[in-house]
Amino acid sequence: MELYWVLGIPLAGGLFLALWGSREHAPEINALFSLLTLIAAGLLTARIVEEGPIMVADGWFFIDSFNVFLVALTAFVAFTTALFSRPYMRIEREHGRLTATRLRLYHSSYQIFIAAMLLALTTNNMGILWVSMEGATLATVLLVSLYRTPASLEAAWKYFILCGVGIAQALFGTILLYFAAEKILGSGGTALLWTHLNGVKEQLEPTVLQLAFVFLLVGYGTKVGLAPLHNWLPDAHAEGPTPISAVLSGLLLNVALYAVMRSKVLVDGALGTGDGNGMAGNLMMGFGLLSVVVAAFLIKRQTDVKRMFAYSSIEHMGLVTFAFGMGGAVASFAGLLHMTMHSLTKSAIFFAVGHATQSAGTQAMDGIRGLIRTNPTIGWGLMLGTIAILGVPPFGVFASEFLIITTAMHQHPWATPFLLIALGVAFASIFGKVQPMVFGETTLPRLPYQPALMPVFIHLGLVLMLGLFVPPYLADWYRQAAALLGG
Amino acid sequence: MTEMDTALTYPLQVVNLLAALLLLISFAMLSQRRVVGLITLFAWQGAALALSTAIVAWSTGQHHLYYSAALTLALKVIAMPWFFYRLVRRLDVDRDVEPMINIPTTMLIGIALVIFAFNLATPISQMAGTVTRATLGIAMASVLLAFLMMITRAKAIPQVIGFLAMENGLFFAATSATYGMPLVVELGVALDVMVAVFVLGIFFFQIRETFDSLDLKHMEKLKEK
Repeated sequence: MELYWVLGIPLAGGLFLALWGSREHAPEINALFSLLTLIAAGLLTARIVEEGPIMVADGWFFIDSFNVFLVALTAFVAFTTALFSRPYMRIEREHGRLTATRLRLYHSSYQIFIAAMLLALTTNNMGILWVSMEGATLATVLLVSLYRTPASLEAAWKYFILCGVGIAQALFGTILLYFAAEKILGSGGTALLWTHLNGVKEQLEPTVLQLAFVFLLVGYGTKVGLAPLHNWLPDAHAEGPTPISAVLSGLLLNVALYAVMRSKVLVDGALGTGDGNGMAGNLMMGFGLLSVVVAAFLIKRQTDVKRMFAYSSIEHMGLVTFAFGMGGAVASFAGLLHMTMHSLTKSAIFFAVGHATQSAGTQAMDGIRGLIRTNPTIGWGLMLGTIAILGVPPFGVFASEFLIITTAMHQHPWATPFLLIALGVAFASIFGKVQPMVFGETTLPRLPYQPALMPVFIHLGLVLMLGLFVPPYLADWYRQAAALLGG
Repeated sequence: MTEMDTALTYPLQVVNLLAALLLLISFAMLSQRRVVGLITLFAWQGAALALSTAIVAWSTGQHHLYYSAALTLALKVIAMPWFFYRLVRRLDVDRDVEPMINIPTTMLIGIALVIFAFNLATPISQMAGTVTRATLGIAMASVLLAFLMMITRAKAIPQVIGFLAMENGLFFAATSATYGMPLVVELGVALDVMVAVFVLGIFFFQIRETFDSLDLKHMEKLKEK
């Protein structure tokens, strides 16, 4: 029952805001719908923790510890982003960058986007998973081009075409998966249900599954932003409105990686491999490592603050992909933890960056100076967020990165130098660029209004707490989810 | 090998003929210079696809394929071409589409892709239990040719038609390898494609308003320095 609320509320919100989204109170209504979704997701989570995995509607939906954790995270970040976007988008409108009709489009698409991601997470059908991933892309294409500047249109076009081609590969992968499944499960709707596939995964034709996984990884990997398929990501993050950058980076990338992981469990079963020596694990480690290294070196060259943090997202998603590729209990645990930490920290950074760019009137890092003097809360938010994402203890990112690197040292020592160098380069370049933005000499005016930074400090507080102490029930939960990934 | 496979039945021969036609249309699209011509070819490709799906449905008794055939007919033969014709007229963009690589070279690359596609498809089609498995290679080839078209065209509408032609190829692959995906998935995919075309319709006007052209050459600002 809770599940229907989780999916129904954002969908209803999308329809409602499509009709009423240009009214005065649309931002509040948007936040309200997100809050209701969060409550429903909380109830669903409580039920899963109590009762274990459940199937809903004749097996069309399947919820276990792995996806309910992502459902909770998605609903939470969606809510805090809605809170942030309430004053932020209003100011954008006052600055004349947006009109009432565009705000209606924004609010409606925002809810539909959340609904599509939640459907992707909870569906049991690999075909519907594909459909909702594509739906999530389509809901955000017009959001990336919301400002209608030449650069934003170009970014949206790139986003649409590259992700479209990518997702077409994933469709072919899904067709191949169905092709292998149909021989054992018979044709019809049930042959693509993940739980059914998981039950017979040892019997699935290994060659077909291998081929299917390559297509699924390339397809959904484009969405995760894995190098060398990452080209759309920095543009879409930099040119879209900041709340959208926050949810793209904090949520959509996770959902795409979730799709890859569900496929990996199947192919590992078919090949009789697991724990990082399988073909699926090796491919993921390769793509993950490449993304970490490529992104770390590209961060150095960035001049636009949102672009720089977009590359940092590629780096962190690469790290998570690498961890999941290694497999095993510890690495999967670390991967899940890092996913959470990255979502919370990166969205917090984007919130702070959003206000910083509003106060400076530019996204160029040269133009943003001395935030600590003019707008101390923004400055502190940005600085703490940056420190957190760079993996400085005691923040949670340190804990998960530490776990990933120590596991890599044990299992794949060759990868450790690459990871350490990449993390070092990323640290030096990001810190070097953010430091003058926060502490430098400034002529910037003070923001004429109160920035909405509550979400930033809530997120960073959580990240700090999880770095110092992971509550036992949460640790259990992560462990259960890690076990589902073949740990 | 059953009797039916060795001696090709009459409907199966028609399906093979339509598959060949599909490949031919894919090549024709590669060499087509005008946007309106491209849209017409896309409609014909959809028609060949719908017809072959219907014949497979009839000869194998897979009733859900009738729905897919009807969906293809409604969306890809009628609705989308109509929408694109209108768009071209409204935006007034039916000038020559200048491909980035000259056409003979594109055709040669296309031939190489077809050979590659057949090689890729052979192991899979050997495992398939469907009577239409021989056409899997053609399906793969049309996916790759559509992809090539997307790469070599610099205008927005031809790129999107390439994208939709790729979807056609994938759909054909699903029919030849497994008699189509489960109906609910196919409906979902159709919904996505429909929404995509709708979103792009809006998007074209935005591009046009801002750049005064649908030429993607104007869109090369976002690059790594």
